[in-house]
Amino acid sequence: MSAVMMTRKVRKWEKLPGKNTFCCDGRVMMARQKGVFYLTLFLIVGTCSLFFAFECPYLAIHLSPAIPVFAILLFFFVMAMLLRTSFSDPGVLPRALPEEATFIEMEIEATNGNVPAGQRPPPRIRNVQINGQIVKLKYCYTCKIFRPPRASHCSICDNCVDRFDHHCPWVGNCVGKRNYRYFYLFTLSLSLLTIYIFTFNIVHVVMRSVNSGFMKTLQDTPGT
Amino acid sequence: MAETHNLQDLQHQAAVASKVYVQRDYNSGTICRFQTKFPSELESRVDRQQFEETIQTLNNLYAEAEKIGGKSYLEGCLACMTAYTIFLCMETHYEKVLKKIARFIKEQNEKIYAPLGLLLTDPIERGLRVVEITIFEDRSIGSGR
Repeated sequence: MSAVMMTRKVRKWEKLPGKNTFCCDGRVMMARQKGVFYLTLFLIVGTCSLFFAFECPYLAIHLSPAIPVFAILLFFFVMAMLLRTSFSDPGVLPRALPEEATFIEMEIEATNGNVPAGQRPPPRIRNVQINGQIVKLKYCYTCKIFRPPRASHCSICDNCVDRFDHHCPWVGNCVGKRNYRYFYLFTLSLSLLTIYIFTFNIVHVVMRSVNSGFMKTLQDTPGT
Repeated sequence: MAETHNLQDLQHQAAVASKVYVQRDYNSGTICRFQTKFPSELESRVDRQQFEETIQTLNNLYAEAEKIGGKSYLEGCLACMTAYTIFLCMETHYEKVLKKIARFIKEQNEKIYAPLGLLLTDPIERGLRVVEITIFEDRSIGSGR
């Protein structure tokens, strides 16, 4: 009697040869070093909670309740963008399977000809024409592929990433084609949030100083 | 998702002879297009016209996916306003067309290429770099050897 084993399907992310960590059944993809990312989270959440705890009651009463409401919306937007950037795939290019790697090797041998032993092999370059201009595509020794234009290999994550911008430790992930939009919105909205909180801190201190003097204000509101 | 194609299951029993790779065509810029040049290894296997038509349809589908128009603009604006949480509920236009492409390739494999002993791999599995065509060994029963 043949025993049919119901083996669990192996997911692609489990087999990915790069140095990424995955969570939530493959929905979350991050780099290995996450320390700085936790620091970023702590800084953003910490600053904003101090703002909400100390400034917002005063500002809501004396100026307008719209101020903390807008701050909350902006805070949620910043957090959403941060998590989206950190947890999504930046555009990792899958490595070449063995057959494709051999096919490319043969193609390189054909173009370069025989190199006598002892001499350095010439750099592996493929020239392609893009809109009439010649662009050199470099060969990636780790991934065994010719990188598409604007792709680059991230040594921290050990992956080739399409339209690679940089590896951001603050976000704990590479920034590439698929998460560039979220990264850009994150930096933009975070700048906005910082300026917003700073402005209202100043407004708060000024308003209190007008009433009760500068030194007393600082004593009353250490959170600012 | 690592869902194995039914045809792939069947044809793993047949020996894989070789693989041919159709590279990207960058002549019109960095948009996703594949070369329609007919690979010489497929000379004896498939009709040139048929193959070129498949690749051309694939190119048209990718062009449709990357098309920027009023609809994609509205989709982007709506998504930005909801902090991209709307993509937890709905798919982007690009993802919808990618699914359409996957269905197209499956249909082409079932109708045309599998009977000829060939298998097209969805380019997204290879990072949109190549269209991989697997050539299976021709195991005709009445070969008389």
